[in-house]
Amino acid sequence: MTAHEIKAGRHIGRRLQRKEDPRLLSGRGQFVDDISLPGMLHVAFARSPIARGNILSIRTDVAREVDGVHAILTQQDLARFKVDMINFYLLPPELPITPLAGGRVCYVGEPVALVIADSRHIAEDAASLIEIEYAEEDPVVSIADARHGPLVHAESESNIVQQMGEEEVSEELDALLKGAAHLVTQKVVHQRISQSPMETRGVVAVRDGTEELTLYITCQSPHMVARWTSLALGLPQTAIRVIAKDVGGGFGLKNHPWKEEVAVILAALSFGRPLKWIEDRYENLIAANQAREQEMVLQIAFDGDGKMLASHGDYSCNNGACPQVADCNIAVHMFLWAAYKMPVYGFLTRGWYSNTVGLAAYRGPWAMESLIRETALDKAARQIGIDPLEIRRRNLVTLRDQPTASCMNIPIEDITAAECLEKLVAYFDIPAFRKEQEAARKEGRYLGLGIATYVEPTGSAGSIATMTGELAQVRIEPTGMVTATMSTHSQGHGTATTMAQCIADRLGVAYEEVTVYEGDSSRGGFSPGAAGSRQGVIAGGAAIRAAEMLADKVKVLAAHLLQINKELIFIEEGMVHVTGASDKSRTLRSIAEVAYGEPSRLPPGFEPGLEAQFRYQPPPLTLTSGANACVVEVSGETGFVKIRRWISAEDCGTQINPAVVEGQVAGGLAQAIGTVLLEEMCFDARGNPTAATYKDYLLPSISDVPVFEFVHADTPSQTIGGMRGVGEGGAIIGPPTLVNAISDALSIFGEVPVELPLTPAKLLGIIEGRDIAGHAHAEPDSKPAVGEPLVEASAVETLAETPPEVPALIDGDWKMVLSTPMGPQEMKGHFESEGQSLSGYLSSPEGEQGFTGTVEGNRVTFDLKVVKPLKITLKYDLTVEGDKLTGKVKMGIFGSAKLMGERVREAVEA
Amino acid sequence: MSKHDVTMTINGRRHSGSVEARISLADFLRDEAGYTGVHLGCEHGVCGACTVIVDGNAVRSCLMLAVQAEGSGVKTAEGLAAPDGALHPVQQAMLDEHALQCGFCTPGVVMTLAALTGDEKKPTEEQLLAAMSGHLCRCTGYQGIRRAVRRLAGAEAGGNS
Repeated sequence: MTAHEIKAGRHIGRRLQRKEDPRLLSGRGQFVDDISLPGMLHVAFARSPIARGNILSIRTDVAREVDGVHAILTQQDLARFKVDMINFYLLPPELPITPLAGGRVCYVGEPVALVIADSRHIAEDAASLIEIEYAEEDPVVSIADARHGPLVHAESESNIVQQMGEEEVSEELDALLKGAAHLVTQKVVHQRISQSPMETRGVVAVRDGTEELTLYITCQSPHMVARWTSLALGLPQTAIRVIAKDVGGGFGLKNHPWKEEVAVILAALSFGRPLKWIEDRYENLIAANQAREQEMVLQIAFDGDGKMLASHGDYSCNNGACPQVADCNIAVHMFLWAAYKMPVYGFLTRGWYSNTVGLAAYRGPWAMESLIRETALDKAARQIGIDPLEIRRRNLVTLRDQPTASCMNIPIEDITAAECLEKLVAYFDIPAFRKEQEAARKEGRYLGLGIATYVEPTGSAGSIATMTGELAQVRIEPTGMVTATMSTHSQGHGTATTMAQCIADRLGVAYEEVTVYEGDSSRGGFSPGAAGSRQGVIAGGAAIRAAEMLADKVKVLAAHLLQINKELIFIEEGMVHVTGASDKSRTLRSIAEVAYGEPSRLPPGFEPGLEAQFRYQPPPLTLTSGANACVVEVSGETGFVKIRRWISAEDCGTQINPAVVEGQVAGGLAQAIGTVLLEEMCFDARGNPTAATYKDYLLPSISDVPVFEFVHADTPSQTIGGMRGVGEGGAIIGPPTLVNAISDALSIFGEVPVELPLTPAKLLGIIEGRDIAGHAHAEPDSKPAVGEPLVEASAVETLAETPPEVPALIDGDWKMVLSTPMGPQEMKGHFESEGQSLSGYLSSPEGEQGFTGTVEGNRVTFDLKVVKPLKITLKYDLTVEGDKLTGKVKMGIFGSAKLMGERVREAVEA
Repeated sequence: MSKHDVTMTINGRRHSGSVEARISLADFLRDEAGYTGVHLGCEHGVCGACTVIVDGNAVRSCLMLAVQAEGSGVKTAEGLAAPDGALHPVQQAMLDEHALQCGFCTPGVVMTLAALTGDEKKPTEEQLLAAMSGHLCRCTGYQGIRRAVRRLAGAEAGGNS
């Protein structure tokens, strides 16, 4: 109704040129390796050539003799720093991790010694002269090794890093699966992936006196790095400034510093000169944390009409030796059936230690859920004898079905996966394709169509400590120009562009007049940056609201100065206008000059200046929906896959800049193509990585990626601005779409085992019915039948041996960590026992809750009803052993979670 | 290690230095001459991020030694725009077509396209695409690069389809 509302959409929704690009196109970016400081020295690492063993000796005397070498440090030199290698949730690791290997190495490439020298060349020369003697042991490499091999870490009770769900399928679920008209079982083996940002990791660490530390580091959020460093290194009094103006891609690898970066920071703190370490590609491929390497088996029961009745999933993931986040990937199960009508789902999910480099995030870390579900549905369609499209239509949640909740109790209120699928079908002529496919087969050409649908959790805020809202601080400068400092960070996301569009749109100024600053922890406020497809959703909302608040402030002041009703004032193209009185128009600059410089002319109570800030706390989760289709031709002569068409129907709500949206989707889809066809991080039996260059680890090139066609569906979300996240979707929906197309093309030869990557050799083997690929990697463990207990590695059976007469000694205060679906949760527990009755309370940042329970010997049990984030009863079953508390918590539909606790002594030591 | 004197013209300016024989042209350009727009993505000649123009030809500066460039004329992304700041046609096409995201591989892409389209050369779209197969971009899925290539080859950039 007002001019403001009529003019909305001036800049939001337009394909504007990115503000970042002229600089980056001219070689004027500022990446970490571009930083050079007076007195700066260079770091290189000596790394372990073996996957597992004890370090017997380290000789550095020869290396120290090299001209230009300043120092060589080992873990012994760094041990005086108390470092806690916390995870993304800011919680301690399951087992202690040191920056450099301390006494023992547990993966090839683990840094053992750090050389400080005048140049990188000299540092590398010296690193190669460090003599390290090892007592090598047989490594645990694969998930299969981890199940049956020796313990990766002697301190752990098994090779399971984290586990949730039920080890045995419930009788009810078992009956549903076995009694169904159709039972479809799908197995997926997902290779290990290197995130491979084109800019490798790197850091320049500068100790500025005793109270200040400046880090230039390639990362996904300077604020996150500052927070992490302060906590992990125990530097609460140190002013830590983190600068990352330009970052050459992150994709989950650069959430926070890890072993090498921490070692460099500690070395800079102790050595006192600025230190630079820039990872080379060899180091990046073998020693930077990696992702995926998963196995999953999914069972789905269908009735005679192809409607789903029940399902069970068994998931495993190789966490390596020192994972950034110990992870059994509960999100796979949380979101597996979110877009579908699935009555009953049960699961077992586990993360495993191995003697390989540790796990980190990669774009859509839970993407296995879409890969296995969508390939299983196509397999089911072939098995039951109905169309792949039809099996989805019969089971997808449509808008008419909403609001509802998924089988994992996720509220489903505005998803459009079913509607995106129909848009896709309307756009792509499937019957025409089937005719072409039929004709091609007669000529010995194998065409295939793959379809997949999904929903993706985006814009998460409030359930995990680090997943916060986003902050926008917007001001009109006295010059009339508009600047904003944002909590966002771009590793190619173009947030300086999209945030400027939001601000220009709602403030009523030209896009060119808005400058957005980010990339420096001394500007803006905390946010985890690019993690979980969140910035467009949350920071976009913050920018919109802050700009609206600022526009209102301008109107209040202008109305006062002009002695006119505020409702008549509107701002357009940087001018303040009065409806119906064009002679009263003024520049924003003239209003700003008064606001800053002439306090006597301001209305009573008006805060001088023209500034506004807003931290937006969005709904806890915003779901993005989509459906994709692709057409492939698989060569019967070479097994080579040619992608002929690819259509993305994505519903990401309001699009701030469609070119940026399509760029995000396309980038994710290209990575999906790499995942399905090309990329593979392999290890030999001794745990040596066998892809150490980009000649071995194949990234998709321009000839591997087709032109993507986009069908947008713009259903506004419930956030300010109506955006939905779009950063990870392509990498989630891409793999099943492409695998389904290949499986469709080769369906006349039988089912294509989903063991990624689907190399030409593997596909030719299927076409020719013989083993051409030569079983390049070890056969993973075969899945035990449902309900059959698994035999696990080693020493779990130490509980319950204590005589019952021994009092529990639970009484007192405990510090506990529970591995929940939202990540590890820290809490404090207070217990009091009297005979067999127990009482006490648990407290966490969310609040305190009392309970009563029972004590039997050293076993304590009690129930706790919680309502947030979901209504469930938590059943605690814990065992006390001295000052340690271990056990399980049954969490309703989430299965069980592990709990570890330590007694809190009333000690003075901090 | 003994040092060697080298002199080359970089972006129209004469630059002299003294380098070890093992120093790559990329390291010389970045560390000695200050042209940090030369990006090192792999240092083994696969990713193409370090591409510069040496005497008119696109060259991977990580695979060429600084001493090999003695007496040469070198151009980097910093030297491509006109003196008044107007973007080179390759830069303009990539800006218009959203051909970059993080911008790390971008200078190399720009230099290859500039080398192939310079001096009134009229490469076909296929020739430019073939050259682009020597550049790795992890962000964009090459969509904008394709459109920029189509435009530089003289055809209309085709939007999404």
